Amino acid sequence: MITFMNNSDSEEEPCNERTSLMSAESPPVPSYQDGLQASEAGEAQAHRKRRAGSSRGPNNIAGGEMSGSGVPVRESALENEEEELTLKYGAKHVIMLFVPVTLCMIVVVATIKSVRFYTEKNGQLIYTPFSEDTPSVGQRLLNSVLNTIVMISVIIVMTVFLVLLYKYRCYKFIHGWLILSSLMLLFLFTYIYLGEVLKTYNVAMDYPTLFIVIWNFGAVGMICIHWKGPLQLQQAYLIMISALMALVFIKYLPEWSAWVILGAISIYDLMAVLCPKGPLRMLVETAQERNEPIFPALIYSSAMMWTVGMAKPDTAARGSNQQTWDAAEDGREHLRSPSHAESQMSETRSPVPTRPITSLEELEEEERGVKLGLGDFIFYSVLVGKAAATASGDWNTTLACFVAILIGLCLTLLLLAVFKKALPALPISITFGLIFYFSTDNLVRPFMDTLASHQLYI
Amino acid sequence: PAFSLFIFTIARDPLRIIILIAGAFFWLVSLLLSSLIWFIAVKASDPQDEQLQRGLLIFGVMFSVLLQEAFRFLYYKLLRKAIEGLVALSEDGCSPISIQQMAYVAGVGFGLMSGAFSMINLLADALGPGTVGIHGDSQLYFLTSAFMTMVLIFLHTFWGILFFHGCEHRRWWEIVAVVIMHLTVSGLSFCNPLYVGSLVPSYLLMVAAAAWAYLLSGGSAQNLRRFLLCKC
Repeated sequence: MITFMNNSDSEEEPCNERTSLMSAESPPVPSYQDGLQASEAGEAQAHRKRRAGSSRGPNNIAGGEMSGSGVPVRESALENEEEELTLKYGAKHVIMLFVPVTLCMIVVVATIKSVRFYTEKNGQLIYTPFSEDTPSVGQRLLNSVLNTIVMISVIIVMTVFLVLLYKYRCYKFIHGWLILSSLMLLFLFTYIYLGEVLKTYNVAMDYPTLFIVIWNFGAVGMICIHWKGPLQLQQAYLIMISALMALVFIKYLPEWSAWVILGAISIYDLMAVLCPKGPLRMLVETAQERNEPIFPALIYSSAMMWTVGMAKPDTAARGSNQQTWDAAEDGREHLRSPSHAESQMSETRSPVPTRPITSLEELEEEERGVKLGLGDFIFYSVLVGKAAATASGDWNTTLACFVAILIGLCLTLLLLAVFKKALPALPISITFGLIFYFSTDNLVRPFMDTLASHQLYI
Repeated sequence: PAFSLFIFTIARDPLRIIILIAGAFFWLVSLLLSSLIWFIAVKASDPQDEQLQRGLLIFGVMFSVLLQEAFRFLYYKLLRKAIEGLVALSEDGCSPISIQQMAYVAGVGFGLMSGAFSMINLLADALGPGTVGIHGDSQLYFLTSAFMTMVLIFLHTFWGILFFHGCEHRRWWEIVAVVIMHLTVSGLSFCNPLYVGSLVPSYLLMVAAAAWAYLLSGGSAQNLRRFLLCKC
């Protein structure tokens, strides 16, 4: 189902991901949850739960899970150890997510600032059919809203389609779709990107070298993302493709539409993940029921699972709850895959099987990794990239949006620790980001400019 | 220097990074609010009147300083609550990060953010072509800006420590001293083309604040000597 666009570029929308953070892991979850309440640390639990609002929330994620897994067998002693490790690991998870998000944003901002191509307007995608070059403000606003409606409905259709496919177990189809999408992304977009960068720096490159480089890059990427590979390489590839997608978005979305779309998408994310009938939630729950990993390659996971013994095969382990989406469309189809901040266990001491519940007795120390959907990366980067591209206050605005997004991510992880189920990662961060962007651009910039011209310091 | 502080002391511990970013966020919010006030004031006044504009600017700066300190206080409150949670969560009854470390990190957060906002556009412009001070302004613009920013960052760090210490031990005079120092430094920057007037006192103040913070954190002249001499 890959259709090509007739516009200037043919965009395949390879990956859509859902953005949600999940903290539960399917069948283990109920037991964990039960374990949570039932465990001897019940009191500590209550204690912890009472403290829901504090900033050590992120620690709760691991804390909750860990004590849950700690199960009846070991309580106090291990519980205590777990709690201490929890603290460290909780904050660690947040950092594990900070780093890739930061890297992605840096790549996007660096590219925007240096390569002119991505800020030129060269046409629009078919997903945003209404042009914004209209003379009147009202008309422009109307067009951007219409664009947003078109885009969101496309997203909804694709999401529902994917959920249906998943429900009816058409795995081959989905896999094929995903592979084709990531193929396109890895090869075509990289080619365009590399071409533009080389053009900017006026470096000559001959076609055979280019071919070899791109072929290697793409092939390794495919293997890494869809199959096995070192975790860091996989993470690096995921960051790169997110950055590429974000760049494409920044280039092809008209201005006002981009902001309205960002806002609308965070609302959609909120609804899709939290409403009982939301497609994303159904997808996640179905995956959990079936106790299987969802799809490879559209979730960024910060820790690897090493499964041993009765563990299910490794693909399951690594993939667990990764959803990939290939929006085989011309353009931007984004489905956000749930990101699960949950029990991605990579054990420190003993290898522990993760998926199968039967392994509960063998669970000892788990270090949970946190997962974030790639769509989250993409939209964060789009926000920051747009701020870098279009804000007249340049770096101040970019910096402000960056900090805002990171804080939003922190808060989301905190909520994740409190609620322990899949959460949308977009709304809070994007809201903060938007607020900060508009206010910094309009309010802070004149202030800082005046201060700087008089060299006053506050 | 501030960045190297960050790398060496903060980047190891993820909790500190979170506190840092949150500190930067609080500073940003305070900046936002103060610029909002300034903006409203400017819009409501006559744009042609130079003196008035300058007066408004001064007012904006002072107000911003006060707001920054207010937000530092709010941040302190938040961190207090957080520390209680951390203590409860850890098994041996003491939190993995002490309030002084938090004070330090918060100060660095504030400082980094304010430094970044002051310098970064300047740096970006500095990459491009141009001559400094071509219109008769000082030629040392970049240098002095850099030094001033650095001193501000350090000052924020020390003020953070002092402020939190004052709040912890309920010594209001410490808090007031911090606020006054901040106001002084900002005020000094008003005489800015006359760099002697602003840079030198700022540095002196910074040294004073550094010594005070050091003493508060439990250091002493002996420690210092031991550190410098024997490095053990």
